[in-house]
Amino acid sequence: MENLISLEALAAHVKDAASLAVPADRAGVAMAATAAIIAAGPKNLHLVCVPVSGVQADLLIGAGLVGSIETSAVTLGEAGGAPRFSAGVRAGAFRLMDATCPAILAGLTAGQKGVPFMPIRGIIGSDLMKARPDWRIIGNPFAPDDPIVVVPAIRPDFALFHAPEADRFGNVRIGRQAELAAMAYAAKATLVTVERIRETSLLADENSAAGVLPALYVTAIAEARNGAWPLGLWGEYLVDDAEVARYARMAKSPDGFAAYVEAFVRRPRAAA
Amino acid sequence: MTPRPASSREILIATIADLLTGVRTVAVGASSPIPAAGAMLLRARNEARGRERIRIAVLGSREHNFFTNGAFELFDCAAQGRIDAFFLGGGQIDGQANINLVGTGDYPRTEVRWPGSFGSAFLYYAVPRVILFREEHSRRVFVDKVDFVSAPGTSEGIVRTGGPYALLTGLALFDFDKERKRFRLRSVHRGATSAEVKANTGFDYDAPTSPPITVEPDAETLALLRGRVRQELAETYPQFAASLVVETEA
Repeated sequence: MENLISLEALAAHVKDAASLAVPADRAGVAMAATAAIIAAGPKNLHLVCVPVSGVQADLLIGAGLVGSIETSAVTLGEAGGAPRFSAGVRAGAFRLMDATCPAILAGLTAGQKGVPFMPIRGIIGSDLMKARPDWRIIGNPFAPDDPIVVVPAIRPDFALFHAPEADRFGNVRIGRQAELAAMAYAAKATLVTVERIRETSLLADENSAAGVLPALYVTAIAEARNGAWPLGLWGEYLVDDAEVARYARMAKSPDGFAAYVEAFVRRPRAAA
Repeated sequence: MTPRPASSREILIATIADLLTGVRTVAVGASSPIPAAGAMLLRARNEARGRERIRIAVLGSREHNFFTNGAFELFDCAAQGRIDAFFLGGGQIDGQANINLVGTGDYPRTEVRWPGSFGSAFLYYAVPRVILFREEHSRRVFVDKVDFVSAPGTSEGIVRTGGPYALLTGLALFDFDKERKRFRLRSVHRGATSAEVKANTGFDYDAPTSPPITVEPDAETLALLRGRVRQELAETYPQFAASLVVETEA
């Protein structure tokens, strides 16, 4: 398979000012790839969290890679708030595009369908409308007196996620995580890390084919064992709560964060 | 043998189950162990009593979540009126049931930044029975006016099928009157007083002269909560489920 590459080569796709769509913690976050991206150090990234993020966004922000972020939330879950995100908000360190989950999903849906925008209910009367001048209110063209929000299509340069397996033809198993497909459909290129590569086609069996992202959308794949660590991977392993809590403690101070990120970036190389 | 009296958290869980009476499908967001327990309790109790079956979607659970269409499905279901009840909280909640999940101070460079609005700016409008739940009952949380409206309590001139139904805190239970855009104190939990509720609430609300004590779970409800519900909860919230045991044995 010619698009099976190393973690470093996969990370090298992400250049300065690239936009990057990433999934929520439970859906399969490419943490080993995130370490490789931080090591490569592209600047001024635009991060699109689908529809929220956690330690991944906090690490990228703390490492100074993020120029703007569109998200419905950044949180470390049970471990508390995201320290580098919060500090960055206070300092105005990046352009903040606060959203609500289904608006980001609607933007991706518009992106995947190749239409310029998507209408979505709710939101009117929320201060998010003030925070998001790129969102507009239009009249329903099919009914009177029915104002509705429209959000612009989201077309990221890259979708980046971690999955249990790909086959040697480049098809990737995404299971029930339908937003991973939406990210890939909408993105110009998709970078995937997987726990393992299998020899037989995922599309050969009807039972597995439905939960598969076809190779058509997949630009590059890198193998990364425990590639979501310290987060979990559905059907494979659980989140390492103690490690996320350790991150939460260390990332409270810039020095603690620097120490954490230095070790985090070295880790996948040592394991490889 | 009489069971041990309900702990404060068990009262909250049982109150949530009562507030959900009559719903068919309830969704519970991430990091919400008490609402999840309340929904599971109603499901278990309805089964025990031969009442209608409750469907529960607990985000973050594999076992107690039937969605197969990823992050889309909760919002699409809610948009079609298939979700009867949901739970929202807030770093700040004001007297008109506006909620703030973003932060305090001047946006965007808020002094205190919370995670963000999540799905609130959609689900608050779409789900008929939104239960506002915040255990901390203080003037820091219950303010006269929120600093940022993640989602408004009420709306005019737009399609809106959902909104606030009740507000449950560590001290009390309120109903929300959509016409008057005001909360009304329904009951105060055992151990708290209406004066204490007043002193710790930063917004005006209606209240009866002497509000009743919040209804406490009966023996059947407590047995379900301490048995089946705690086991079901442990899959998604192991630490919380364990803490419930410690609390009732203490």
